[in-house]
Amino acid sequence: MSHKIKIKKGFNINLKGKAEKKIVESVQPETFAIKPTDFQKITRPKLLVDEGDTVKAGTPILFDKLMDQVMFCSPVSGEVVEVKRGAKRKILEIKILADKQVEYVEHKKITVSDIAKLSRDDAQKQLLKNGAWPNIIQRPFGVIANPDDTPKAIFISTFDSHPLAPDYDLLFKDQEIYFQAGIDILSKFTNGKVHLGLNGNADVSKVFAHTKNVEIHYFSGKHPSGNVGTHIHFIDPINKGDLVWTVNPYGVIQIGKLFLEGIFDCQKIIALAGSEVKTPQYYKTYSGACINKFVENNLKSDNVRCISGNVLTGEKIGKEGYVGFYDHLVTVLPEGDKHEMFGWVLPTFKKLSYHKALGLMSFLTPNKEYELNTNTNGEKRAFVQSGVFEKVTPLDILPTYLIKAIMAEDYDEMEELGIYEVIEEDLALCEFIDVSKHDIQELLREGIDLIKNG
Amino acid sequence: MEVIRKVIDKYKPNFTKGGKLERFYYIFEAFETFLYAPDITAPNKGAQIRDAIDMKRMMNTVIVSMLPCLLFGIYNVGYQHFLAIGQEATIGEIVGIGLLKVLPIVVVSYATGLGIEFTFCTIRRHPVNEGFLVTGMLIPLVVPPTIPLWQVALATAFAVIIGKEVFGGTGMNILNVALTARAFLYFAYPQQISGDVWTYLGDKTPVDGFSGATPLAVAYEASSNNTGAVIDALNQTNTVLSADFYSFTNMFMGFIPGSIGETSTLMVILGALLLIMTGVGSWKVIVSVFLGALAMGFGFNAIGANAYMQLPAYYHLVIGGLAFGAVFMASDPVTAAQTERGKWIYGFLIGVLTVIIRVFNPAYPEGIMLAILLMNVFAPLIDFYVVKGNKKRRLKRATV
Repeated sequence: MSHKIKIKKGFNINLKGKAEKKIVESVQPETFAIKPTDFQKITRPKLLVDEGDTVKAGTPILFDKLMDQVMFCSPVSGEVVEVKRGAKRKILEIKILADKQVEYVEHKKITVSDIAKLSRDDAQKQLLKNGAWPNIIQRPFGVIANPDDTPKAIFISTFDSHPLAPDYDLLFKDQEIYFQAGIDILSKFTNGKVHLGLNGNADVSKVFAHTKNVEIHYFSGKHPSGNVGTHIHFIDPINKGDLVWTVNPYGVIQIGKLFLEGIFDCQKIIALAGSEVKTPQYYKTYSGACINKFVENNLKSDNVRCISGNVLTGEKIGKEGYVGFYDHLVTVLPEGDKHEMFGWVLPTFKKLSYHKALGLMSFLTPNKEYELNTNTNGEKRAFVQSGVFEKVTPLDILPTYLIKAIMAEDYDEMEELGIYEVIEEDLALCEFIDVSKHDIQELLREGIDLIKNG
Repeated sequence: MEVIRKVIDKYKPNFTKGGKLERFYYIFEAFETFLYAPDITAPNKGAQIRDAIDMKRMMNTVIVSMLPCLLFGIYNVGYQHFLAIGQEATIGEIVGIGLLKVLPIVVVSYATGLGIEFTFCTIRRHPVNEGFLVTGMLIPLVVPPTIPLWQVALATAFAVIIGKEVFGGTGMNILNVALTARAFLYFAYPQQISGDVWTYLGDKTPVDGFSGATPLAVAYEASSNNTGAVIDALNQTNTVLSADFYSFTNMFMGFIPGSIGETSTLMVILGALLLIMTGVGSWKVIVSVFLGALAMGFGFNAIGANAYMQLPAYYHLVIGGLAFGAVFMASDPVTAAQTERGKWIYGFLIGVLTVIIRVFNPAYPEGIMLAILLMNVFAPLIDFYVVKGNKKRRLKRATV
């Protein structure tokens, strides 16, 4: 029996420049990178390669001294050309110049029927050593799972409801076998269930529809209906002391492939979308791809912001930047670094707003596709309006109070108000609609770090 | 238009870090952002696009929603003046007198408040918040037209400094700032804000039989002197001005003496509609204040121990400042309850308390001011229990 949940509180952001369902394979970037900053959070990274070394796809590149079993491996084969460092010699990017033909580190293959016989320990060793482990995220805190833990359940969301989100059906087409294998491997790690959240708004992709050994749930309604945090809250919420794991379908498939094919396969389809892209479409490449080849001669103007990920939770990367480890989307928006005369009072149909304050007309055209820029549309102010965060947060938590508790560094309050249940993406809509223009996600992460380390 | 931008950009370096006038940066910023929405972009990580709303637009919506009350108030001040002295007047003369009395109050309120606001922003180094633009308009609307201007200045200063800045500025205050000003006047200078102050007479003598008493005062007098039903007393007051001066309809329309902006329930409703439609004011608070007042009114009707108790409950909605207070002051998001369930409780109790104070408290004919201030103080307590309910649900889940 599957059960259906409709998300009523939320907000859909409808943007111009959706990726056309076409996959381009001919364009390949020259370099790929691993960015330690993609992971939450590598505190003391230790490099295993030097500039000039040659690596294969699956060769360990670095690990975190605080969790030294987890290896971060190269997505492609080639030569390590640069280790880019920032302030205090912090490692930002490890760039690899890719071979024309990717060579893989080969591991032992097993058949589908062997998976059942595989022990948790063996599976774990394989995942840790060969680069697939960082796909497994632990809640609370949204950090890479600790291999020593046993979660009470594992959650997988099979759709993305963010603005301009890529279509998972296209991304993972014909990967059913690997997906199922990944599920079967993952279920060895929990005594509880593996929950699969399916899209209740549209036809369910063939890749996920017939998955076995999972509990199936349908989620429909507005964003954040696709967020795994939303799914957890409605299926089996996290209480103090609970641990659950979440994995993106990409990770599940990568795990499945690691066992069935014996390789750490980082092939990845990413969507290039956004109002500034001439031909928004999908590209088949590898994890950590440099986006320069995709955006070259493909942008409508020069003053743009390239974002790895979606517009609510993504990160600015620049035209020569690299796609994040967990991202399947690059969004390009116009940069909003311009003044607008009387911008605060003139009526506007062009700018999207959740609110209906005088002059904000976007509520009249809910289905229009908007072309938005990165301007904050206002200055930071003290919290004034109340009750709106709660309207776009389907979880039974009070974001306003949670954020205030974080600002006051009140540990008990944070805990009681449900900080264990949320990570940045769960409150991203609050950040978007905030009248006072606070950076809610950054604040939340500060709070999570306090709780985690305190 | 480009010229203005160029001028701003030319002088901006003086105000930014390291500039000669760095300490006045926030004042400069206030003017700059008034002319131009800023060029700030979203940070590298997190939401890369932001909602089109900002605090300025939100506050602007509130100010626009008060305009019907202000405009009607200006007209009514002149109208009451000529009515009381028994003189026919053209609409130009009526508005002229109104402007003459009301505009200076508005100017003084804004000048004092913004002056203090700018000073604090400079000393404390925080941005100028738009909140005072609303407060500065509210204060003139809740005082009588005859108020001395120095009292307006003093009350505004008191409210902004003691009511707001000592708590840390906009967003941090516990009491509604405009009501703090009103309460200050009430307790510091009672002669100027009670009794026959509601009609501006100037140096003219009113017609025979004129009474400056507001409906609230009439109601209270009738009840305490046991001179019969309150409605009869209302109907018999100021019949010399017009036959149905204190009729329900006339009080609803607002052609009666009172504080500048509060007399017309109709205009208040217009403002309320805008606030509710734009979602800027909480309809829950507004509706629940009315519900609370009605409930208490009906309750008193059922008991009926004195004449005031027998006053039909719906009269409470059109006399005095209840409607104005409910729409523009109770719903102030900073000082109201912040949880959705809390808003119902908070508003309802304001309505209830207003009617109780009106009927039982001889010292204060108007109850809405004290009811809101009192509930401002209790709002955090209401929220505390609502939030506790949320925490409990979470805890309960864990133990099941």
